[in-house]
Amino acid sequence: MIEVEQLSKSYGPREAIKDLSFQIEKGEVVGFLGPNGAGKSTTMNILSCIMPASSGSVKICGFDVFEQALEIRKIIGYLPETPPLYSDMVVYDYLSFAARLRNVPLKNTQSAVEQVIEKCSLKEVSERIIGRLSKGYQQRVGIAQAMIHNPDILILDEPTIGLDPIQIIEIRKLIQELALSHTIILSSHILPEITQICKRVIIISDGQIAAVDSLEALTTRLRKGERLVLNVRRNSSEILEKLRTLKKVNAVTEHQPANYTIDCEPNADIQDEIAQLSLNNQWGIVELKTVSMTLEDIFLKLTLEESEVP
Amino acid sequence: MKNIWIIAKKDLGSFFSSPVFYSLTSVFLILNGFIFFNILNFFSLQSFQAQQMRGGGMGLNLNEMVIEPSFHNMAVILLLIIPLVTMRSFAEEKKSKTFALLLSSPIHLVEIIVGKFLACMIVIGLMILLSAYSTGYLMLVGNPEMGPVITGYLGILLMTGCYVAMGLFASSLTDNQIIAAVISFGLALFMWIIGWGSQAAGSGLGQLFEYLSLITHLEHFLKGLISSSDLVYYLSFILFGLFLTYRVLESSRWR
Repeated sequence: MIEVEQLSKSYGPREAIKDLSFQIEKGEVVGFLGPNGAGKSTTMNILSCIMPASSGSVKICGFDVFEQALEIRKIIGYLPETPPLYSDMVVYDYLSFAARLRNVPLKNTQSAVEQVIEKCSLKEVSERIIGRLSKGYQQRVGIAQAMIHNPDILILDEPTIGLDPIQIIEIRKLIQELALSHTIILSSHILPEITQICKRVIIISDGQIAAVDSLEALTTRLRKGERLVLNVRRNSSEILEKLRTLKKVNAVTEHQPANYTIDCEPNADIQDEIAQLSLNNQWGIVELKTVSMTLEDIFLKLTLEESEVP
Repeated sequence: MKNIWIIAKKDLGSFFSSPVFYSLTSVFLILNGFIFFNILNFFSLQSFQAQQMRGGGMGLNLNEMVIEPSFHNMAVILLLIIPLVTMRSFAEEKKSKTFALLLSSPIHLVEIIVGKFLACMIVIGLMILLSAYSTGYLMLVGNPEMGPVITGYLGILLMTGCYVAMGLFASSLTDNQIIAAVISFGLALFMWIIGWGSQAAGSGLGQLFEYLSLITHLEHFLKGLISSSDLVYYLSFILFGLFLTYRVLESSRWR
C-alpha cells in the first residue's frame, strides 16, 4: 500500500533523512520509533505530501506523492505534531470545515462530523471554542480532523505527546479501535507506547532506518546480551582462559593479538572484574569499553526516556 | 471553485468573529465620515458664498468638489487599513501550524490563495459598502452625475485588489503578522509614490515609473473614464501579486 524507496531529505546542508526504504501493507499498524530529531516528522510530512523529498520515491496506493499529490491527499488523514487547530473556531464548525476541505459532499458533512464526534468522544465539547479546550481534547479534535473523510490511511505524528496519563490511555484506546479498519502509521519516541499499539516497528535514528521488524523479533534480537572490547599490552594465551572463567561471560574471541571481544549476558556489569583480573596478572590494560550496537543504543535511549508510561 | 469558496468562507468566519475586523471597520468609517463631513461643509460654504454673489454657483460641481476628493481620501485610508486586514492571511496559518491542514487536504495551492484573496476583498468591499451612505446622502440632496461615481467605485475596488494582492504576498513571506503588515504597507506606499521618481529618472524610465504608480490610474476612473490600459494595469498588478504569493508558498515547502 505504501512503498518508500531510498527517500532522502535535506534541509540545506543538514540531512534529515537518508535513504529510507520500507513497505507498509494494507491494514497494518506501524510505529515509527526514534529519539527526538531522528527524522520521524520529516518522513511523515513527506508521506502526507506536505513537503517534497530531496530524492527517492514514495508511492501510496500506486500514486506518486510528488506527481499525484491531490489523489493521495484524498485517501490519507494526517495529524501533524502540532495539531492544526484554529483556536478561535468552535469544534463543530472546525470539523465541518475540515470535512469540506477533504471533499466530503455537503449533504454528508453533518453525518461525517457527528460520526467523528461520537468516535472521539467530543460530544460534550462540540459547541466550545477550540482555544479554550484542554490539551487532551485538542489532541482528540486533531485526530477527529484526520479521520473526518474516513481515509484509508491515518498518519499520526506523536499523537500522545504532552498528554496526562489518563488522556494517553484514552487516545491509545481510540487508536486501537481505529486500527481495526484503517492502515495506521504513528510515530513516537516512547517505546512502551509503540509496543502496546503497533505490530511492526520501524526504528529510525539519525535519519536512517536502524531496524524494521515485528516487536517480538526485535526484543529477542536484543536479549542476546552485551559486548565488551578489551585491549591489553601483554599478549598471552592465559588471558583468553582467564576471561572465559568469569561469571556471566558467554564467549571470548581474539580478533587481533591482545585485542579481545567479550560477549556477556545483558546487564552483566563485569568491567570491574575484568579490570581487577588485568591488574592482578599485569596484562597492562589499554582500553575496556562497551561496543555501541546502534539498535541497542537507540532502544536504551528510548526505554530510558520514559520507562513509566501507564 | 467550490474549494475557493470553502477557504473564503472559513476566513470570513474568523474575520467576523474577531475584534480586529470591527475595530478596523469603525476606524475606517469614522475617518471616512469625518473627512466627508468637512469636504461637504466646505462645499456648502462655497456654494453659499457663490449664491450671495451673482452667478448663483456657476462652476461649482458636486462631482468634482465632493465626490472626487472623497474617493482620494478613501484611497489613502484604505492604504492604512488593508495591510491590517491581509496581514493574518498566511502569517497566522503558519504561526499556528494550521497551514498543514490546508496543505494536506486535496486542494490546490492556487485555490487557497484565491480563496483568501476573495475573503479579504469581501471584507474590504463590505467596509466600502458601509461607507457608501455618504454617496447616498449626496444623491438624496443633490444630483451628482452617476457615471463617475460608479467608475470611481470600480477604480477603488481595483486598487483595493492591488493592495490585497501585495498584502497577501507580504503575509506569505513571514509568520509574524506585524512584519507582514509593515512590509505590505511599505510596498503599497511605495507603489503609490513611485511616480514621484519620474522627474529624476529622465524621460524613458520616468514614463515607466509614472505608469507603475497606483494613483495615476485611479485618476482616470475618478474622472469617469474606463480605459483598457488602466484595467490591464490593475488586473495584471493583482495577478502578479498573487503569482508571487504562489511562488513564495510553493518554494517554502521545499526548504
